Amino acid sequence: MNIVVCVKQVPEVTDAELTISSDGSRILADDLEMDINEWDNYAVETAVRLKEAHGGTVTAVTMGDEDSEDVLRQALAMGADEAILIDDEDFEGSDAVGIARGLHAAIKDRPFDLLLAGVQSADNGWGQVGLVLAELLQRPYASLVVDVQVDGDRLTVQRELESNTLERVSLPLPAVLTIQSGANTPRYVSILGIRRVRNIDIEETDADDLGLDEDQIGVKSSSVQELKLSLPAMGEGAEMLTGSVEEICDQTARIIREKGGLQ
Amino acid sequence: MKEILVIAEHRQNELRDITFEMLTLADRTAGGNYTISTVLLGGDTTGLDGKLSGMCDRLIVMNDPALADYSADAYLAVLSRLITDRKPSITLIGHTAMGMDLGPALAVRTGIPYASDCIALELDDGQLNVERQIYGGKINTHLKLKPADTYLAGIRPGNVEPMSAGDKSTQLLDVAAPEFSEGQRRQFIEYIEAAMEDVDIAAADILVSVGRGIGKPENIPVAESFAQKIGATLSCSRPVADEGWLPKSRQVGTSGKTVRPKVYIALGISGAYQHQAGMKNAQTIIAVNTDPAAPIFNVAHYGIVGNVMAVLPELEKHF
Ligand SMILES: Cc1cc2nc3c(=O)[nH]c(=O)nc-3n(C[C@H](O)[C@H](O)[C@H](O)COP(=O)(O)OP(=O)(O)OC[C@H]3O[C@@H](n4cnc5c(N)ncnc54)[C@H](O)[C@@H]3O)c2cc1C
Repeated sequence: MNIVVCVKQVPEVTDAELTISSDGSRILADDLEMDINEWDNYAVETAVRLKEAHGGTVTAVTMGDEDSEDVLRQALAMGADEAILIDDEDFEGSDAVGIARGLHAAIKDRPFDLLLAGVQSADNGWGQVGLVLAELLQRPYASLVVDVQVDGDRLTVQRELESNTLERVSLPLPAVLTIQSGANTPRYVSILGIRRVRNIDIEETDADDLGLDEDQIGVKSSSVQELKLSLPAMGEGAEMLTGSVEEICDQTARIIREKGGLQ
Repeated sequence: MKEILVIAEHRQNELRDITFEMLTLADRTAGGNYTISTVLLGGDTTGLDGKLSGMCDRLIVMNDPALADYSADAYLAVLSRLITDRKPSITLIGHTAMGMDLGPALAVRTGIPYASDCIALELDDGQLNVERQIYGGKINTHLKLKPADTYLAGIRPGNVEPMSAGDKSTQLLDVAAPEFSEGQRRQFIEYIEAAMEDVDIAAADILVSVGRGIGKPENIPVAESFAQKIGATLSCSRPVADEGWLPKSRQVGTSGKTVRPKVYIALGISGAYQHQAGMKNAQTIIAVNTDPAAPIFNVAHYGIVGNVMAVLPELEKHF
């Protein structure tokens, strides 16, 4: 089974302090650490496990600048065989359709049985690229997938719905799936593991090679234009407990006792 | 009059909350200048129509056995036809397991601009502006969609207080679904309810809930010991369940359980909306987080900026 898996590098922001420039046009943050998008990591693991069970190859593809090579090396270290980097500033400002067009152009001539992507990216969170790709490829798809079984030329997958409910659906190959976090336990990649794959050639391509112009990608083609950024409203906001750890814990214990109905 | 179209969502014979949330948002966005239509696809929607009456001006019902359970190909075929024919000013779809699945392909197939996971909408002289969140809810972005005569907007669930009844006179249109048997590739098989496990977190009075900020599985017993001491139950955010540090049955949120304990203690949980949706109605919320800007502090009643592993052992001594 030949598999293509789409990956993306994203900034780690959960612990970071983000502010906004006074004109609301830019996010201000100190050097953010970059990492593979959480959902893509599960997608790569899904791809590698299917390859281990059914044979074939795994190709990882990303769009980004030269630093994005890191996520491709990570996918290779996890067991992908080939990697493609689409690096071109003409893609900047693309919406999900523009990004999907780039990925589509890079992979459409490779014979593959399955295309995987993460459900969404942690930065913009559109949750669209994988499924737009499915429609461009005119292939059947399923999103939010947590389990994949291969039955001959069909897949049976479990999709995660709301409230602890799943659904089972079946679809013919070739197909496109977006993988939800928790689908598996992604293998750990050591520095040594990355070093082992450092000599694998990464295929590089750009918008020209792919035959895409500004009507199809980038700011000009985008269906959305950013007007401004703002910080989320604080609601009523929490009452912040301050003081020494001792004082904070004292107050907290009192609140828990009172509100929780403890003696 | 121009139209706002809401794609109703239901499962196992029940309308989902998002349907009412979207109708409320549609009403607010319309400001009396648009008619509000709902499209309800199903196998036999007799039991559902009534619940929507009063809430929209027009209810378009299409029944066909192949539409009984949501299925991407069938819904895509039927809805892309409906949108192309009616050209509503905006079509609203949930940013839910159904809408996330359907929206992107529907937008490409109809060629209309689409913004997913929106928290607010505004029609500015027919052009759509939306607000959404990026970077895990830490930043909001305000976007203008390019000029078009019809738009698709995915609406974040749990973000609008839904109306419980309406006073519109709803016209019911029972129409035959267009022919869609071709191109049916994906097949629905069945629903699977996750098995009930050891404890029901929804029944607890006090929940001690751990997130990724707990750091490593070896730290879970520290939270467990505290929970035991105060007679609380241990719950968690999604990554903790994804990593297998606690069973999935302990997960709070849209894809886990909704809880309303007397006290919810969030330890190292950032407060993504999928998590908030499962716990924001707790009577008292106490959050401990190293990041003073963590979104969890927007819904918490009491906040402590600090390292959970430093706070917990100290706090336990107070009981
Ligand atoms: C379709 C879908 C459904 C989802 N359903 C759910 C769901 O049901 N439930 C759910 O929870 N999520 C759900 N999610 C995931 C959700 O979007 C978030 O990714 C998740 O809630 C984040 O969990 P977290 O807060 O534990 O981790 P993070 O977002 O990584 O936050 C960790 C927090 O811990 C803090 N921290 C770090 N170290 C410490 C320390 N030493 N002491 C104190 N604080 C510390 C950090 O500042 C940060 O705020 C869903 C996502 C999708 C796409």
